[in-house]
Amino acid sequence: MNKIVPTFAEAVADIPDGATLMIDGFAGPGGTPQNLIRALRDHGARELTIISNTAGLASVIGFGTIPGDTPTDIGVLVENEQIRKVIASFPVSPSPSRPTAFESAYLEGKVDLEVVPQGTLAERIRAGGAGIPAFYTPTGVGTLMAEGREVREFDGREYLLETALKADFALLRADRADMLGNTQYKGTSRNFNGVMATSADVVVMEVDEILEPGQIDPGAVHTPGLYVDRIVKIE
Amino acid sequence: MEKERFPREIVAMRVARELQDGDVVNLGIGIPTLCSQFIPEGRSVVYHSESGVVGYGPMAEPGDEDIDLINAGGQFLAPNPGMAFFNSVEGFAMIRGGHIDVTVLGALQVSERGDLANWMLPDRGIGNVGGAMDLAAGAKRVIVAMEHTDRNGNPKIVSECDFPLTAQECVSLIVTDVAVISVEPDGLLLTEVAPGWSADDVQEITDANLAVSPDLGDFWL
Repeated sequence: MNKIVPTFAEAVADIPDGATLMIDGFAGPGGTPQNLIRALRDHGARELTIISNTAGLASVIGFGTIPGDTPTDIGVLVENEQIRKVIASFPVSPSPSRPTAFESAYLEGKVDLEVVPQGTLAERIRAGGAGIPAFYTPTGVGTLMAEGREVREFDGREYLLETALKADFALLRADRADMLGNTQYKGTSRNFNGVMATSADVVVMEVDEILEPGQIDPGAVHTPGLYVDRIVKIE
Repeated sequence: MEKERFPREIVAMRVARELQDGDVVNLGIGIPTLCSQFIPEGRSVVYHSESGVVGYGPMAEPGDEDIDLINAGGQFLAPNPGMAFFNSVEGFAMIRGGHIDVTVLGALQVSERGDLANWMLPDRGIGNVGGAMDLAAGAKRVIVAMEHTDRNGNPKIVSECDFPLTAQECVSLIVTDVAVISVEPDGLLLTEVAPGWSADDVQEITDANLAVSPDLGDFWL
């Protein structure tokens, strides 16, 4: 069992056209697998469905970005016309005067969008990885999110039925992993990483450091290695 | 006396008065973010952010920014003793599970029943919901901090929201640059006004009907 893949290109080489991918990143470069995203752009798979918190933001408005840096986010996949649909909670720029590539593509009808409340997005991904087909949530009752959803009352309050999300691949970013895939994230860059790792058939991680088994305290592992298939070290 | 509108900092200061010692608080983007600068002396508030941190403190100094330590507005945080990190599932379990005492949010519109609209301008045809729907549905108390009217002077406190809703009947208090309005079971109650403003002046720029508190007074700052 060898999970270490030498290059980013090899780690994404078998992603086919039409695949569904979970890609992490809260909105800034922290937690975003920038190297894997660039490799996927170069690989060129098309008609992709991307499940992510945003549709590419940091590269346009500098969210969570050190001044002067120019991070890569999934906006490059939009610009390269590789995306068919995005499922996200924060899909456009908060500043309408600085639109992202995604907003233009969406308004031109080139990509589809499903907007999902952020907590519902996280829980749908969790459900996908946990063998739960659907769950009820109070979020979104009485809003556009309720359209087409079953509403059910528990203890006098209404809830929406939301269904699980799964993906063919997850592209994630961790601080470090051992060779078995036991992973630790750094600070607030854990966000969707730890959840997406559970809900995709093939989980690909880019990390700063690869360690021997035992070098991470077993009690401090964030994502156990059984979820992780491929690890690529950032040089 | 001339009617003046309070600056954003005074709105934030007034909201901060509502935060009790030990409250777990989630602050939205804009005026709500400013509240942390005005916590009354002797009170200690625990900040939660859906970026995946609870117990954060001051912002990072320029030069000390760390992309792995941000709040949900993308601001860089300084390391703070006692803070804890978690993933997005847990961050939103905290919100929906009733572990957040107060959230302070901005708004595009608030209705007289406390319906909140803050995620989408219909003209744009696309919007960011982010964590707002979860916060509005899950926090124990929702306070709105905003300008009283929009940039064209239109009322934002309305009898019925015509913008897409964030959540129904969730807001308990509205603090604007001219008034403090409580959402009561039978409608909106005007309790405080900015200097020079009468109840009639506030009603004039408010679409919803305002009942006037017998104790109507100045902002409690």
